[in-house]
Amino acid sequence: MGVTSDMEVVALVGSEHQRALAASLEEAGATGVSTQEQALAYIAARMQAHSRRGYGSGRKSRTEDARELLASVVLSHIPVSAFNYHAKVVYLAVMIRRIFEAVARGGAVDDKDYYGNKRLELAGQLLALLFEDLFKNLNAQLRKHAETVLSKQNRAAAFDVTKWIRHDTITNGMVRAISTGNWSLRRFKMERAGVTQVLSRLSFIAAMGMMTRISSQFEKSRKVSGPRALQPSQWGMLCPSDTPEGESCGLVKNLALLTHVTTDSSDDELAALAYGLGVEPISMVSGFEINTPGVYLVFVNGLILGIHAAPNELVAGLRALRRVGRLSPFISIYRNDERETVHVATDGGRLCRPLIICDEASGQPRVGAVELAELRQGLRSFDDFVADGLIEFLDVNEENGAHIALYEREIVPGLTTHLELEPLTLLGVCAGLIPYPHHNQSPRNTYQCAMGKQAIGAIAYNQLTRIDTLLYTLVYPQRPLVQTKTIELIGFHKLPAGQNAMVAVMSYSGYDIEDASVLNKASLDRGYGRCTVYRKYAASIRQYPNQTIDRISARPADVEPGSQYEILDEDGICEVGLAVQEGNVMIKKESPVNTSENLANLDAQNTTLYQPSPLRWKLSIPNVVDKVMITSNASSSVVIKVLMRSTRRPEVGDKFSSRHGQKGVCGLIVEQEDMPFTDEGIVPDMVMNPHGFPSRMTCGKLLELMGGKAGAIEGAFHDGTVFAGDPVGELCAALIGAGYSYSGKDYLTSGITGEPLSAYVFFGPIYYQKLKHMVMDKMHARARGPRAVLTRQPTEGRSRSGGLRLGEMERDCLIAHGTSALLIERLMVSSDAFTVHVCRECGLIGYKDWCQYCRATASLSAVQLPYAAKLLVQELASMNVVARMRLEPL
Amino acid sequence: MSGKDVATKMKTRVILGEDRILHGSSFDAPTSFASVGVENGLNVEKFTEEVKVEVNDVSEDGNDLVFELSGVDAPLANTLRRILLSEVPTMAIEIAEFRDNTSVIQDEVFAHRLGLVPIKADPAFFETHVSGNEHTPENTLIFDLNVKCFRDINNEVVNSKVFASALVWTPFGEQAERFAENPPQVVHPDILLAKLAPGQRIDVRCYVTKGVGKVHAKWSPVATASYRLLPEPVIVAQPKSEEASRIAQTCPTKVFDIEDSGELVVARPRQCTMCRECIRPPPDAQHSAHGVYTPAVELRRVKTHFIFSVESTGILPPDRLVRDAIGVLKDRALFYAELFDQKDFEEHMAAASHSDGDDDASDDETKPMLE
Repeated sequence: MGVTSDMEVVALVGSEHQRALAASLEEAGATGVSTQEQALAYIAARMQAHSRRGYGSGRKSRTEDARELLASVVLSHIPVSAFNYHAKVVYLAVMIRRIFEAVARGGAVDDKDYYGNKRLELAGQLLALLFEDLFKNLNAQLRKHAETVLSKQNRAAAFDVTKWIRHDTITNGMVRAISTGNWSLRRFKMERAGVTQVLSRLSFIAAMGMMTRISSQFEKSRKVSGPRALQPSQWGMLCPSDTPEGESCGLVKNLALLTHVTTDSSDDELAALAYGLGVEPISMVSGFEINTPGVYLVFVNGLILGIHAAPNELVAGLRALRRVGRLSPFISIYRNDERETVHVATDGGRLCRPLIICDEASGQPRVGAVELAELRQGLRSFDDFVADGLIEFLDVNEENGAHIALYEREIVPGLTTHLELEPLTLLGVCAGLIPYPHHNQSPRNTYQCAMGKQAIGAIAYNQLTRIDTLLYTLVYPQRPLVQTKTIELIGFHKLPAGQNAMVAVMSYSGYDIEDASVLNKASLDRGYGRCTVYRKYAASIRQYPNQTIDRISARPADVEPGSQYEILDEDGICEVGLAVQEGNVMIKKESPVNTSENLANLDAQNTTLYQPSPLRWKLSIPNVVDKVMITSNASSSVVIKVLMRSTRRPEVGDKFSSRHGQKGVCGLIVEQEDMPFTDEGIVPDMVMNPHGFPSRMTCGKLLELMGGKAGAIEGAFHDGTVFAGDPVGELCAALIGAGYSYSGKDYLTSGITGEPLSAYVFFGPIYYQKLKHMVMDKMHARARGPRAVLTRQPTEGRSRSGGLRLGEMERDCLIAHGTSALLIERLMVSSDAFTVHVCRECGLIGYKDWCQYCRATASLSAVQLPYAAKLLVQELASMNVVARMRLEPL
Repeated sequence: MSGKDVATKMKTRVILGEDRILHGSSFDAPTSFASVGVENGLNVEKFTEEVKVEVNDVSEDGNDLVFELSGVDAPLANTLRRILLSEVPTMAIEIAEFRDNTSVIQDEVFAHRLGLVPIKADPAFFETHVSGNEHTPENTLIFDLNVKCFRDINNEVVNSKVFASALVWTPFGEQAERFAENPPQVVHPDILLAKLAPGQRIDVRCYVTKGVGKVHAKWSPVATASYRLLPEPVIVAQPKSEEASRIAQTCPTKVFDIEDSGELVVARPRQCTMCRECIRPPPDAQHSAHGVYTPAVELRRVKTHFIFSVESTGILPPDRLVRDAIGVLKDRALFYAELFDQKDFEEHMAAASHSDGDDDASDDETKPMLE
């Protein structure tokens, strides 16, 4: 590669590593490689002979191939022009030097889990890759076609390649990839599912959470902790709480509140600016200069640009340019003193976040009271602060070289370079909802992040005009009494998902064990926890190959009450506002009897023959028709969408959760008069069992109750923001001031006996979420019902009104218990008992009184066995395996 | 203190400790304190002598009543409270017939809101309507709500808010004459029921029937009815002057006064809200050798003195509610009394206790008889 002397090699790698290089140099001598030609030949001999490389004319010599390989394959990201390998050589030398350093210093290695070394893959890159693959496929197709046509000897017309371009190859490919989420690009050895996902609109928080989600490329099945562990470098970039439990724990993460993901920006003028700031181009310097201590290598997006002897000036200069807006604000410039390098990154997919710049000498933050006042008045915006150089974005690498003060009081003049905007921004959207999360045990916050997404509430302002497949809304959503800054920032208080429930933390009735809670019936009567479930049903009017088409027939003239057509409107579609009972027809659709034969072949009578194919309401719970929409879909067939609604009040078994990862079901609903009451006559909406606290250690919930109580007294919202929030002392003072105990515990009187309870009860409002899991959607029982066709065993699953499986382990129990009659009853009699007639002579299944095998009548016995066993015997027989049953008298 | 005093204190007072409540429950057995000579049995004459009702306060609108009931035990006061909450009948909208609803609010949600609107009609004039039976003027009132929102000639939106006042009574049968003097109406005309946009309309016919709070909270005649025991803060040991002023100052409801002599006195015991600030150990508290802090004040409540608070929804005046509640209780008691008088009752009970230990005669069968 143009480095021919050992001395040059040593100089490039660094003379301090001469000893380490010696063995390699000796080997070069021993193998007889001393000139460039010899070296190329050495490489060529070890190359796989490629018959055709590139489109160049004629065959090349093997050494030329080697030269080509070095130029285009080895370190292919470094451009080589006219076989000038200098940049590549320097890069290679740096790589070798790094290896030696790692060996010498033992562990000077890069951390692959470090966020500065990671890039997020964004939509643009993925689409670019997809497009490249599809475009190349198109070209290949075209070329293949052109070759077959052009290789024909006598062609009548001139070949016009444009005629053969298929218009929809790329469109279809893109549509398919985006709609399925499968990126399978063999060209790039890429096989990925779930690249695109449908945004979950089940709740506002679910949508927000999904939009900030980051999923790691790492295999879920591997049990390694490294990539899953919390990395110190994700501070402020990714939420430390918001990750799922289970197999994808730590691999799926969420962005923190202020994180910005960079997009690619141009580095064209960067090189010129850098040269202007004194960078010596790499083409002008030799190994000796590169390896002089104190001389820094300058990298731009991973390419070596040159060297600089005073890196501080360079870094300061570039940063100054960035701060005045001459460079993109998302460019990262950082110095690595250990390696003596300066890195400039402009590429996309880096995580970065805004920080307030502090003056170098005084440490004075550039955003002070004046600026904040201007911000409040609307004179300046956040973007203005960035443009004016008061705030800048630092990525993980540059953050490493910065000294960031968490609070203004922690600034050390002369040392501090930046000030954190606000500590709460280190959490993400979902964790930001939790009041006082810094008082909770950390997994509780993680649980809440997962649960907040299941909470029923308002999902959007247009929620009543949307037609979602499934939509849960709360009838009376409330904004939480204890708020956080994040709640205000993301607008959760405008689209809340929960209600402030008066909670008494006490044991009551015994129906509150294992996290169950007791609800007040009067509260439910008054609308607590009431929710509406909307579900979409659709029927499409299809056109068949023989031009026949489905139709909606009109409602019959005389519909009696109780008829299946009761709820239809005149047009044969259900009427908005009516309650639909089980078995009612919602859309009176009819389909042609004959859909395949050509119309011409059918007689007139046959063409008008229709059979009913109505959309029916199958559930036993009546629903109300909320909306009917008639529209057409992409394939222009008419679709009738019916939105069904049911309003539910909470019942025993519905799931509720506070904002602290404390979920529980309703165990009992109690009359108001049976509930305990305070001196003021306040009755709890919910009684929570105190055993939920000691093991969960959710002190945040205790504080939320105090804050909520103080807030309710004062008529104000209290603040429970992370690391900030109203201090307990203030809350206690507010409680005392209003005549309550400082501890939040009240004197209660039992509603049942009318006598005081013998302990004070922690009592106050806590924000409770109703989760989407409701018994009404889950309860199921079966006595008799449908059976599977093949095995005659009961069907599986609630939707098919299936049976409850007596599984292997349950079976083992019965065996161990010795209850064989019960075992037979469960496994055969109640499942798929069947009587066959088995021949005592040959052991095969015959007919009643006739064995086809023996051709005899005498020796048949009726045997009861599971139908599945009979099926097995017959299936084996069909494969030429005979199974004989030997019968013995009992 | 003698054994008798201790027993009397246990019997008549609740003691509020710093972290627990002592002697909260009543002592049922007549012989509970026999050893110290304190009688604990029921005595009708003594009861009628001791029981006292004193009206304390009636709010300006006449809907809130505070009265003091003394000389009774918790079960009786509680029974009264429970009946007020769930067994005194009122009238409320039970069936809403939607003729038209083009608003954004769902039928069933609007119906739920309608149900909770208090209707001013005396339930005494009505019979209970049995679900499924026909509505008659004797058991049903009819209210109509027909509101259409539109833009008037000045392009201003009219009727964008539907208030409870939109519920108009439609006389049913001869009701017009029957209720000519006192036409049924909503209690609060300013309850916001729904919001409409121009062009939207709600047209509902509501059937108002008689019911009790036990079935649905909408029939509960009270916002709340509850009681508290008469507070009785007692200064057990006169504290030093600093301590005395600290206690007097920390009390948020100003229960204590300091006399000119520097003595701490309980001036306004009824204001005590049981916040326990006066018995909370201060940071520099003097603990005894066992680590126990003995506060200067002992917080007590009188077990037989109930400060009752009845907040009516406005349908019926609270005094009437209390009377009704006592009536319900009396009816119930008479029903059981009659049951006891039946000849075969004892045989019946004997048979019942053989087959099934449980019977309907619950806690309120004996004591109410004293009424």
